[in-house]
Amino acid sequence: MGKKGNTSFQERASDLPIHIGATLRRLSPILALGCLLLLWQFISERELISHILVPPPRAVYLAFVEALGDGRLPKHAFVTLEEMLYGLLLGVGIGLAVGYAIAKLPLLEYILAPIIVGFQSTPIVAYAPLLVIWFGSGPTSKVVTTAVIVFFPTLVNTIVGIRGVSPNLRDMMRSLKAGRWQMFRHLEAPSALPVILAGLKTSATLAVIGAVVGEFVSQGSGLGYLVTSARNLYDTPLVIVAVLTMTAISLSLYGLVGFVEWRFLVWQRRSSM
Amino acid sequence: MRLSLRELSVVFRGPDGGRLPALGPISFEVAAEEFVCVVGPSGCGKSTLIRALAGLQLPSSGQALCDGDLIDRPMQRFAIMFQDANLMPWRTVLDNIALPLEIAGISRAERHKTVRKLLPQLHLESFALAYPAELSGGMSQRVALGRVIVQNPRVWLLDEPFGALDALTREKLSLELLRLRRRNLQTVIMVTHDISEAVLLADRVIVMSRRPGRLVADIRVDLPRPRLPEMIFDEKFLQLAKRVRAEIESLGA
Repeated sequence: MGKKGNTSFQERASDLPIHIGATLRRLSPILALGCLLLLWQFISERELISHILVPPPRAVYLAFVEALGDGRLPKHAFVTLEEMLYGLLLGVGIGLAVGYAIAKLPLLEYILAPIIVGFQSTPIVAYAPLLVIWFGSGPTSKVVTTAVIVFFPTLVNTIVGIRGVSPNLRDMMRSLKAGRWQMFRHLEAPSALPVILAGLKTSATLAVIGAVVGEFVSQGSGLGYLVTSARNLYDTPLVIVAVLTMTAISLSLYGLVGFVEWRFLVWQRRSSM
Repeated sequence: MRLSLRELSVVFRGPDGGRLPALGPISFEVAAEEFVCVVGPSGCGKSTLIRALAGLQLPSSGQALCDGDLIDRPMQRFAIMFQDANLMPWRTVLDNIALPLEIAGISRAERHKTVRKLLPQLHLESFALAYPAELSGGMSQRVALGRVIVQNPRVWLLDEPFGALDALTREKLSLELLRLRRRNLQTVIMVTHDISEAVLLADRVIVMSRRPGRLVADIRVDLPRPRLPEMIFDEKFLQLAKRVRAEIESLGA
């Protein structure tokens, strides 16, 4: 199959139009973003929609600089980020452990499925107030909300990943007299890693939802709080700044997991060449 | 190491709870350093036989013994090879072959040294750092063979190791297998579909019946060693191959 890799590389090198197509494909999201900004500028310049509803890009930029300068934005962003990270740690950790246990003991799936599916099919916004009642209005309730929301994709992907381990490779490891830990370390973990990282990508983007929902429900600090308080003052530019900051945080986390994938799954890159 | 099967049988439980006899009862002995090929119709329990000898499948009745000891779990100095190369896609060729040494707790430097010495014999010296997806079917089986050899086993259990390869690669690899074995004599039990392969490689060919597989014939192959590819045109080889074929055909279509 090494040969196959070579021919496809040659095809790509000799076929210039495909190369240009690839560049265009890579640039297209930036172009789309640019068009959106132009449209926004156009709407606000002509005041097609009131500036109170859609402030001009410049106003948003100024709000960003101001919020950054007086330390409000970093402070709230840091609070949200911290809640997200602890929530991710907790939710992913429990998701991995429970997922592994379920994959190993199918009986557990029958016992836990109704509870887990029930939790998952109820909107988080509906029971977030409950979590605030139980865990207080401090950061703990937000961490828990985040953990609950990231738990599910981690759980499902861990189960799928561990169940997907080749039975022949299991037999091979058994014939080598591998112990339980060696089976996990040398077979189960690396075999399930691609699927688990895919789940982690989903979890990373969901984490911000968990934290912000928590902040909406119980006020105090964080980007969710910044949005609510700015809205109450009709400070639309600041609302937009806070929302875009959440987007940036969520995309950065997604990118971070993507980097981990790129770094640790060298074999997959080499294999798909 | 001497192996013996005593009235060994394996019965699986069907999805409806019914009994699905897969193998036996079957009895035969394999002398130390003997090469035995097992042939039989597909689904006759050949793979189950290998798994039972490997200690991966407990018998429903009867016993598998190794030098008189009961085989009830994966044994020391037994190595197994499957039809599928069963490589770990995230490990390089080097690390795939080194896996048994790693499980045995041998240091990284030590195991890499051992494997590097082995690679030229397997014609894999320029593929040490390749990943399995970059290898052809024949090369993958060479890696799997390397993973067997590195264990320095006394018993080789081979379950159609070249079954998925084309005829030429298959012949080449089976002769390489003989060459690699000659350096260090081991007991070999190899399951195969291929009558010529069985006669060319083995000291004895065992023919099994349809499911649940029982012993139908036990044919001694008294061709001289070392075995050479041109032997397949010998009168004696052809006679033996015909006998094996007749035994298989007598089982009915």
